[in-house]
Amino acid sequence: MSETLPYYQTGTFAVGGRLLTPEQRAVQSDPDRMNAITKGHRACQGCGEALGARYAMDAAVRAADGRVIAANATGCLEVFSTPYPESSWRVPWIHSLFGNAPAVATGVAAALRAKGRTDVRVIGQGGDGGTVDIGFGALSGMFERGDDVLYVCYDNEGYMNTGVQRSAATPPAARTATTEPVGGQPGNSFGQGKSAPLIAMAHEIPYVATATVGELRDLEAKVTRAMEFHGPRYIHVLVPCPLGWGSATNETIQIARLAKETGMFPVFEAVDGAITSVSKIRRRVPVEQYLRGQKRYAHLFSGEGRPDIVARLQAAADRNIERFGLLDDGDENVNIDLLEVLATSERGPQ
Amino acid sequence: MAKGGGALTVAPQMFQARVHGRGGQGVVTAAELLSLAAFAEGLEAQAFPSFGSERMGAPVVAFCRTDTKPIRLREPIAEPDAVIIQDPTLLHHVDVFGGLTETGYVLINSARSIEELGLAELLTPARAGRVVTVPAGELARARTGRPIPNAALLGALSAMTSVVSQDSIEAAIHGRFKGKMADSNAAAARDAFDYVREPVHA
Amino acid sequence: MREQLEGSQGIARTVARCRPEVVSAYPITPQTHIVEALSRMVRSGDLEHCEYVNVESEFSAMSVAIGASATGARTYTATASQGLLYMAEALFNASGLGLPIVMTVANRAIGSPINIWNDHSDAMSMRDCGWIQLYAADNQEALDLHIQAFFLAEALSVPVMVCMDGFVLTHAFEPLEIPLQNDVDAFLGPFEPRQVLDPDDPVTIGAMVGPEAFTEVRYLSHIKQMQALDLIPEVSADFRERFGREAGGLFSCLHTDDAETIVIVLGSVFGTIADVVDDLREQGSSIGVLSLKSFRPFPTEELRAALSGAKRVVTLERALQVGVGGIVSENVRSALSGTSIPTHTVIAGLGGRPITRKTLRPLFATAMAGELPEVHFLDLREDVIEREIWRASEGSHTGPHAESILRNIGIVRAEPV
Repeated sequence: MSETLPYYQTGTFAVGGRLLTPEQRAVQSDPDRMNAITKGHRACQGCGEALGARYAMDAAVRAADGRVIAANATGCLEVFSTPYPESSWRVPWIHSLFGNAPAVATGVAAALRAKGRTDVRVIGQGGDGGTVDIGFGALSGMFERGDDVLYVCYDNEGYMNTGVQRSAATPPAARTATTEPVGGQPGNSFGQGKSAPLIAMAHEIPYVATATVGELRDLEAKVTRAMEFHGPRYIHVLVPCPLGWGSATNETIQIARLAKETGMFPVFEAVDGAITSVSKIRRRVPVEQYLRGQKRYAHLFSGEGRPDIVARLQAAADRNIERFGLLDDGDENVNIDLLEVLATSERGPQ
Repeated sequence: MAKGGGALTVAPQMFQARVHGRGGQGVVTAAELLSLAAFAEGLEAQAFPSFGSERMGAPVVAFCRTDTKPIRLREPIAEPDAVIIQDPTLLHHVDVFGGLTETGYVLINSARSIEELGLAELLTPARAGRVVTVPAGELARARTGRPIPNAALLGALSAMTSVVSQDSIEAAIHGRFKGKMADSNAAAARDAFDYVREPVHA
Repeated sequence: MREQLEGSQGIARTVARCRPEVVSAYPITPQTHIVEALSRMVRSGDLEHCEYVNVESEFSAMSVAIGASATGARTYTATASQGLLYMAEALFNASGLGLPIVMTVANRAIGSPINIWNDHSDAMSMRDCGWIQLYAADNQEALDLHIQAFFLAEALSVPVMVCMDGFVLTHAFEPLEIPLQNDVDAFLGPFEPRQVLDPDDPVTIGAMVGPEAFTEVRYLSHIKQMQALDLIPEVSADFRERFGREAGGLFSCLHTDDAETIVIVLGSVFGTIADVVDDLREQGSSIGVLSLKSFRPFPTEELRAALSGAKRVVTLERALQVGVGGIVSENVRSALSGTSIPTHTVIAGLGGRPITRKTLRPLFATAMAGELPEVHFLDLREDVIEREIWRASEGSHTGPHAESILRNIGIVRAEPV
């Protein structure tokens, strides 16, 4: 007797490493991986950032033959990975300040270049606060100068390490400690947002990508691809924070997947300022399904709730789907022109 | 240290020159060139500007001290032994002559005479032969194509004071500028030197 | 070889001789000529194996320096005034991490009001950041201190800032001995970092340290600065041996051995005061001047010994602690604690106001007569102050002080208020 089993995750290699050829297997499945961030760190149970950093860093290390130096901004990753006198890092790693990780990475790269060490690669890391807010000037400077740094932003959409405050990456309607849903306010205000990946693309750097910890193999592949380039590269990874988002600690990957499948978080790659590939939504899901799993949106559903806000969020997701071509309409390789995307956005041509 | 054939000698002690002009006229360069010339002759020399932000046309003052021994003093020159005015439009707006010593030299970039400029009161007996106008801008324009009078005025200064020789002024110009710029400025300096030395202008 | 050139050019050429591997540069008056010259030297190949990074802010300038120094590169930058403040966080970070960065600070006043001229308020505001602070009395010393700074920094793993008066020194054209490459190489040697980011031997730099260990970490940096008190004179002596001239050390003294009145200064005002002191001594006055080179670490014991014979000490400084008084004089006072030697503070030269022989002579006469108040502002225009205080008391919307003072002293073409 035969049975048809629906596989919803075709193309993700989630079926199991042993069925894949070695080249297709995840870095994390390799027992000889470096474990650049090794066990013993103090991350919360279910931390999306720890997960993302592990996959990203090991992929980078493999691509660089083990020769990587990392510069890290202040934030969750830095704090939980280096509780003095212990450290989880097995690569040379420096933490300087909150707002200067891109500049420190630039300095490391400059020193390596001065010494003729072309074999060593530089990774900058930071959360959304350190990257999109306080480190933004340094990030832009690094992009503009063409410094040879891969910068990875782990975006948990708020200043989590300091107690869940709002950052420029906090999505509309989310509750944070500085955007509480009191006095009729629906959490964080609706604005035009600040898309670091799109801004990175506007700098026309060699490679920009977004990823989530819902598709870890994809994250690895993007980091690996980024390491093939030289010059400034930027990867923006959505990493749910169970504490800050109020989600179940065993649902981190699922929530990340929902962020993509609702269209809330577009997943794409761009080369030299133009989007070159989009990761399609496999099975579209209404945003409410994503929101309901997170207490930071609970105020939208308590009592009479705020269906108007939910509708606005749905509209935002719809717009992403349209702008980025997130639904499979038959086109395999969609070439999207950033300027064209912006020109047809809700606000009209710029 | 009478060098280069001068009628007037300067005793071996500190000599202080103050240059007035406007931004863009090479006032600071004038002071630096003078210091370079003095250095070439084995003197100690210090040149420095009195500053504002970079802006064309604003009044600028620069200073040059020379001495036979190392100079420790760092204050602006309040009692100049020589005042060089690169731009006569400053004359009745800025106190360019403030502190001028009794026997101090005055050198003004102008085709007009001292009397015509309304500065006859400078012509004291102690300053006989020491207050001179030179059409430095025109001399400069004739040689370099631009009316920047600094090099020419230095040639005139060396003719008047002999604090440094004309040869040293020209060497300083060649050290600071290159090629045609150096040659033409040096020529302008020599023209001004000759202009001062001709009896009818003394 | 002795040459007549601008102070900034001399600094750039001397720094180049020290073979920096990374130079980060952000422009601010009056240090621009230094970083411009270094840029030219890197581009022309005069300075080889050096990466010159044009950064987008001073905060990044120091951050790039941090990354580079941690990777084992000899690293340099320069700033002044607002720029120094903009990198304040990074200054503490660099010293806390023990990175031997050398930086020129072209001393300039801090705004508001915005002011581009020389005083010491910038470096003074960062006196606690853990950097060694050395002050140059003239351009030759400024050059020489940079060489010594790299040596000190790398020997102690402490960053060093070399302070030189903006405009007064940076833009002065004077005779300078540019050191020879061989001599600098022999004096410095290559940079051998105490800690370095290297994939062959990974380390974690910059971990969080809690209450259980922070005190000890901080104490260690205190100790290192105390060690500098011994090393600074040694380095100066070694420098004299190799280069044949005096530069640096903790301080230098002119006629202080038998002086009743000793004046303490930092920076280039020393030159002018030296002339005045020599004149006064010729007239029989008992006065001497001490030029302080090392402000951090502060040579408490050594100063105490040098001042022990004085009847009074006058500290003339180009900065102040608003609401308190002098800064340097406070440190001097602590050096003299237990003695009965009175100390006086003279605040002078703020925002680039020239300090002249004309005002110094009566000042010193007053001091020697024992009539100097404890804190005295040199050259203060009391009439302007009184008028402004009166004007501000007249109502609530009286406008900014700076603008009305400028009107009253005729700087701004408007009616006085």
